[in-house]
Amino acid sequence: MNTSRILYCHCAYAQVVPKEVKELVLKRLCAAGVAFEAVADLCEMSARRDPALKRLTEGGTLKIAACYPRAVKWLFEAAQAPLPAHGAEILNMRVQPADEVTEALLRPGLEPNLPAGKATRPSAAELPKTEVAA
Amino acid sequence: MTLKEQVTLRVVLYEGEGSQPLAAADQFAALTALLEKGFAVTRTGATGRVAPADRSPLLVLGSFSQGKAIQAEDASGTVPVRFADITGWDVARIVQTVESVREETQAARQGDWKPWFPVIDYDRCTNCMQCLSFCLFGVYGVSAEQKIQVQQNDNCKTNCPACSRVCPEAAIMFPKYKAGPINGDEVSDADLQREKMKVDISALLGGDVYSLLRQRSEKAKSRFSKERDSDKALNERKKCLVKLVEGGDIPPEVLMSLPSPEEIQRRAQEAMAKAQAALAGRAG
Repeated sequence: MNTSRILYCHCAYAQVVPKEVKELVLKRLCAAGVAFEAVADLCEMSARRDPALKRLTEGGTLKIAACYPRAVKWLFEAAQAPLPAHGAEILNMRVQPADEVTEALLRPGLEPNLPAGKATRPSAAELPKTEVAA
Repeated sequence: MTLKEQVTLRVVLYEGEGSQPLAAADQFAALTALLEKGFAVTRTGATGRVAPADRSPLLVLGSFSQGKAIQAEDASGTVPVRFADITGWDVARIVQTVESVREETQAARQGDWKPWFPVIDYDRCTNCMQCLSFCLFGVYGVSAEQKIQVQQNDNCKTNCPACSRVCPEAAIMFPKYKAGPINGDEVSDADLQREKMKVDISALLGGDVYSLLRQRSEKAKSRFSKERDSDKALNERKKCLVKLVEGGDIPPEVLMSLPSPEEIQRRAQEAMAKAQAALAGRAG
């Protein structure tokens, strides 16, 4: 059983999340019969320091369908509602297909992926040759 | 517009004791309509958990048995709770009802402003104050601990990512921007090496952005006064603006709204002084 709470961001005020992805994720959440929280736009809530963000981070682990994990992490921080460092899994609807996002939201267990520290992705030239080839 | 810290109306799409299940398609339609209008919705379900209650006003929507909404109240008396039986309602009626309750409870109205503002990645930020020195619109400030902060996010110019381009660490994000790393995507070495990511905005324009604008404007003014050639002056300004728009992905309307050269200079000096004071404060 999935014990993590689910939070879905509709990114209502910009066209950056593909419409078909967010629609399909929302449809599947409705069809699955699970409880979840849906918000219109996390950016807007963060800008207003909406106290609801604090509520959303409280009470255990959380799976979030939104955008890039680095952006989501600091949106919550900016609203003084930091996400639990090892208790949040962020699914990126800007780049992940709806199937992958839904599967991750509904499966039991949590794969925390909140970025920590100053990570810089190495350039292709710096990667070991086997990885570049792959 | 000034953003206010206001409570949000929490809408609950209820399924459980005392109610009939809602069809998934109806739920999806209602949720989509409410989200598009800026509301936050909690959907209860057979499994899973929802966030705990806080002081936000609650509106519980459900298809209640025999059309009769369940009766409940917050034991502490601090949370206004309302119920609405939505049996047979279309989406428009649901949205209208929720909007009325939002007004009654004086909860925040959302969607009046495209949420465009910088978000700082403090894992990367070195507190160099380049962004504070650069921004002419007073978006940035410093905390009591002399730490850079976004203080006036609604002063930010919609769709303008200029400050993120002067950040040497790519620590400034605009989550609604089209491309990485400004949109929050991982930062790569290549990003940091790119000219546009360097501290010196000259990479963008071949000179300091404000002094370039000032020089162009002064040249244009001088030509205008000598030659009385308004077309030439206008063309000069246009050429400069096109270069800025192409090189920095800065919306033309932002550049058109820049204040006079004198005011630019004054604000730039003010921002620089603030940044220097903050840096001195941290060093001391």
